[in-house]
Amino acid sequence: MLSNYLPVLIFLIVGGGIGAVMIIAGFVLAPHKPDSEKTSPYECGFEAFEDSRMKFDVRYYLVAILFILFDLEIAFLFPWAVVLDKIGYFGFWAMVIFLGILVVGFIYEWKKGALEWE
Amino acid sequence: MPSVYLWIVLAPLIGSIIAGLFGKVIGRSGAHWVTIIGVGISCLLSLVVFKHHVMDGGAVYNDSVYIWLETEGIKFHIGFLVDNLTAMMMVVVTFVSLMVHIYTIGYMHDDPGYQRFFSYISLFTFSMLMLVMSNNFLQLFFGWEAVGLVSYLLIGFWFKKSTATFANLKAFLINRVGDFGFILGIAAVLMYFGSLDYKTVFENVDKVSGLQMEVIEGVSWSVMTFICIGLFIGAMGKSAQVPLHVWLPDSMEGPTPISALIHAATMVTAGIFMVARMSPLYELSESALLFVMFIGATTALFMGFLGLVQNDIKRVVAYSTLSQLGYMTAALGASAYAAGIFHLMTHAFFKALLFLGAGSVIIAMHHEQDMRKMGGLRKYMPITWITSLIGSLALIGTPFFAGFYSKDSIILAVGNSDLNSWVQSYAYYALLAGVFFTALYSFRMYFMVFHGKERMDEHTRSHLHETPWVVTVPLIALAIPSIFIGAYFVEDMVFGDFFKSAIYVAPAHDVLASLPKDDWLSMVTHAVPFSMPFILALAGVVVAWFFWMKRPDIPAMLEEKFKWLHTLLVEKYYADHLYIKLIAPFGRWLGDKLWRWGDVKIIDGAIVNGSAKTVGFVASKVRNIQTGFLYTYAFTMIVGLVVLIAVFVYGWDKIISTLG
Amino acid sequence: MEFIAAYLPSAMMNDQTISQLPLALPEIVMLCMASIVLIVDLFLNDKTRGGTYILSQFTLLALVVITVMSFTQQKSIAFHGTFVRDGMGDLLKIFVYIVTFTVFLYSKSYLKARDMFKGEYYVLGLFAVLGMMVMISAQSFLTIYLGLELLSLCMYALVALQRDSIIASESAMKYFVLGAIASGMLLYGMSMIYGATGSLELATINAEVMKNTDNIVLIFGLVFVLVGVAFKLGAVPFHMWLPDVYQGSPTAVAIFIGSAPKIAAFAMTMRLLVDGLHGLHVQWQDMLIIMAVASLAIGNIVAIAQTNIKRMLAYSTISHVGFIMLGIMTAEKGGYTASMFYTIVYTLMALGAFGMIMYMSRMGFESDKLDDFRGLNQRSPWFAFIMLIFMFSMAGVPPFVGFWAKLSILKAVVAVDMTWLAVTAVVFSIIGAFYYLRIIKLMYFDTPQETSAIEGASDLRVMLSLNGIAILGLGLYPELIMGLVISVM
Repeated sequence: MLSNYLPVLIFLIVGGGIGAVMIIAGFVLAPHKPDSEKTSPYECGFEAFEDSRMKFDVRYYLVAILFILFDLEIAFLFPWAVVLDKIGYFGFWAMVIFLGILVVGFIYEWKKGALEWE
Repeated sequence: MPSVYLWIVLAPLIGSIIAGLFGKVIGRSGAHWVTIIGVGISCLLSLVVFKHHVMDGGAVYNDSVYIWLETEGIKFHIGFLVDNLTAMMMVVVTFVSLMVHIYTIGYMHDDPGYQRFFSYISLFTFSMLMLVMSNNFLQLFFGWEAVGLVSYLLIGFWFKKSTATFANLKAFLINRVGDFGFILGIAAVLMYFGSLDYKTVFENVDKVSGLQMEVIEGVSWSVMTFICIGLFIGAMGKSAQVPLHVWLPDSMEGPTPISALIHAATMVTAGIFMVARMSPLYELSESALLFVMFIGATTALFMGFLGLVQNDIKRVVAYSTLSQLGYMTAALGASAYAAGIFHLMTHAFFKALLFLGAGSVIIAMHHEQDMRKMGGLRKYMPITWITSLIGSLALIGTPFFAGFYSKDSIILAVGNSDLNSWVQSYAYYALLAGVFFTALYSFRMYFMVFHGKERMDEHTRSHLHETPWVVTVPLIALAIPSIFIGAYFVEDMVFGDFFKSAIYVAPAHDVLASLPKDDWLSMVTHAVPFSMPFILALAGVVVAWFFWMKRPDIPAMLEEKFKWLHTLLVEKYYADHLYIKLIAPFGRWLGDKLWRWGDVKIIDGAIVNGSAKTVGFVASKVRNIQTGFLYTYAFTMIVGLVVLIAVFVYGWDKIISTLG
Repeated sequence: MEFIAAYLPSAMMNDQTISQLPLALPEIVMLCMASIVLIVDLFLNDKTRGGTYILSQFTLLALVVITVMSFTQQKSIAFHGTFVRDGMGDLLKIFVYIVTFTVFLYSKSYLKARDMFKGEYYVLGLFAVLGMMVMISAQSFLTIYLGLELLSLCMYALVALQRDSIIASESAMKYFVLGAIASGMLLYGMSMIYGATGSLELATINAEVMKNTDNIVLIFGLVFVLVGVAFKLGAVPFHMWLPDVYQGSPTAVAIFIGSAPKIAAFAMTMRLLVDGLHGLHVQWQDMLIIMAVASLAIGNIVAIAQTNIKRMLAYSTISHVGFIMLGIMTAEKGGYTASMFYTIVYTLMALGAFGMIMYMSRMGFESDKLDDFRGLNQRSPWFAFIMLIFMFSMAGVPPFVGFWAKLSILKAVVAVDMTWLAVTAVVFSIIGAFYYLRIIKLMYFDTPQETSAIEGASDLRVMLSLNGIAILGLGLYPELIMGLVISVM
């Protein structure tokens, strides 16, 4: 039973190993000459003006959440589309109901103005 | 039928609740309407029930309505047992109660506690009905205590009057003594019969009748005698028999309608009713019957004496009540249950009448109760006068009046009782003598109030007039049965088989059956003019007239001559002194010591407050765990998880061995 | 491709699923109606918001009708063993609807006075009910988890409904974080049991567990699952969220958290421990004893030190949970019956107690201090009496129904020869009686701090009175509910 998970375990070890090796190699092999410019906080080509844990507009958060919701929907749609010919109308309607519920949510956010920036 | 019984009981209760809890909302007239309608429904339905059982010979109803709980085969339930006895009691209770309700409108007219009063008396009607309709001891006890409670509340109705609060406390405490015996009796029933249901108990009396019990080692009692005397001690408290009678005269501190309803017509007869209901038990114990008869006869005579020296109009009636209750009790002792109950019924009507008549006088006299300040009221208050005369004549047992039939049958029954003991002859002569004194004090009161010189002050005299219709209508309504009800029922109740289904009399004791079967007319012709009771009653009236109308100096002279006797009577045989000066202080001393040492030091100090303090201390400490910080909460959860895992995955034994 | 196809349901199985759909009719109706309410509310303004309320209440009543009409004693398992429809579930669902209906009714005027009369309250409430329904009907770890999360997420949002309130946000935050930890533990436990038995369906799991009861992985999983359950019920030491959330959230939300979800949590416990892990009852009995005794002790003792009545009720809940756990602990039918009875009775009493707080509160005033109940008898004798009924019933004084609830639990505990446990429960109940009686003392013997009359909405007053009379009436006729409970167990 557990042996089914062996490939996963190997994958985890290999993946983690490679990542670790690269970071360690970077540390060990790269030249290491810090100066004040190099160690200062640095963001998108700008110097940091203030603490990075600043307040930011909640709308970023809202849009991000909405994005994730519909992003996940796509994640369900792909495998569904692949096997649609095998699952027939039952599968089709099941997905329609699922999308229907999402549409209800969509109407809600639209009507509430969550999609408008200003 | 069951729903009818239920409504009879519930209608007054609903009225009481509405008047009590929503008194302010519905106002004064709302309160009397709602309670009168409740009791009226109850009275009407009681008449229907009476017709069903008595006239149409309906079958005895015995069933439980609601089972409260059931444990190890013992059922605690609410149920009704309705037979002729119950039906009669229901009519008496609801009818008198209805009259009193109406009368109260007039009597309590200006009282600030108007709604409260109506709520109480309706509650009383409910409790009394629960008592008489019960089919088991538990409900009987409930009704018993409930009527006691309402009586307490009503005696102390004017709770700002210190004498009233003293009187209600006294009534309550004395009744506690009786109730202690009562509950011992019930407990013994439960112990030996294993049931509280009347029917089951009565069916199994044979199994228990031979048993003996030893409460104190070496002294063995008959179980049946123990049960009967225990129950009867309860009856002595409730029905004010010597020596537990002291509360009843004091209860006159309550408003007069209460004296009529509770302390004359209904509640005080609960004891009589109970003994009659338990007749299958009492019939098995002659010792208990003799005890009952002795107490009854003593009460009948010696309480009658006290009526002679009272000057408060209500107290005279109160002592007369005590004396009449003695008659009923003596009848029970002679196994003449039917006669006792019959007297209970007639007495309920004429005694309520007398009380309400006294109340009417009191209203007219502006709440003056001293008879020495009355006199000659006849011409001012004709209705009150006539009805009070009817009540007095009924009370002393004048032929053709209700009291005659019942009292005569009691005296005959006691005289013919087969119980072979000095108690029986003592009882007979005590009751006979009682007839004379009854007539004497009754007519003393009658003459002092309605005839002779007008001794009241000028102001009162100028305002004297007949009381309003709400007072006089009940008087008239009660006067009618006070005359006729005796003749109407005597044949059926005393000599017939009216109570056949309800009361059991052992053939050996059946004294009523041994009496010649009379109808009402022949009873009168037998009595007039040569029977002892008749002559004695007549003598009493004549003496009363002579003493208090013709030669008022004679009683004054006698009083002077027999000073010690007069003092003894005025001091009520020093019974109150005995209780208040001797027994009560001892009880208080004992209580005080137990309280000081047992309660304050050990129970309060160490157990109650000690544990409470500990709990409070622990609570104040433990609440500090609830810091309000999220990490503490999460940490607590993890700790809990770890502990559970440690205990169940690792194991107790391993943890203990690791630690130790 | 072949790999996926192996897991696809066949056409026959699909037909079976469709034919089983009527079993889930209440859930389907609830889902549709919740969505409809959500959309309808969007097109209403503050003046016409009453429509949302009426529609929500109608939904709940309709569900009562639907469930009663299709009430069945027969146990039918549907949707590949993930869903169960039985008498116990139906009865519990009916009570969930009734309780939620009452919650909505009680809180209407409270919400209006605080500018919280929004559609979201009702939509979240309805979705929470859907979550409870799924929990009650769950027959697989998946459905249990699905229902639990649906319920919990709605609850987190409800607590935070009053966005300007710092204390409400704080308690929502605490609730969410702790709830997430508990969910994590529950999932972890489930995955371990899945690892040991190879199934997510409770029936299969039970069969597997019977074969090998002393598997250490199973016990490990059981502990974690139990932690999740205990958190949801609010048993010590997983109770820490309860007082803060009760106190912090608006009363209209606290009454909801404190009532209906307890029924669902009871169902979840029954499904998990009895349907799924009965083979391990020797182990979970001991765990429940530890948690029950701790709950009784902490709940009753700490409640004494509270001055806020909502907080006090939170601790009171904890102690009641102790009793409910005792009944389940017996692992006997009698005990389950007693627990179910207790749960239902408890929710009715909690409804009333919170309802009283809302009745007493008014615009800008919470009335959740013990002192606010001072001298209530002089201000409103009738509702002082109603509160007296609730307090006496919670304390377990006869003849109120709380007494019968406690008695039936104690009887069940004694029946499995654990008299010491019953005695412990009684001792803590007596300690607990103190703080209930204190409220009665405050109401009847103290002078009020203010003498203004209390203005409660009339529907609230009527319902609250009915609630109180029900507690009294059920105390006289406990058979009404007990009979139902016995018939479905």
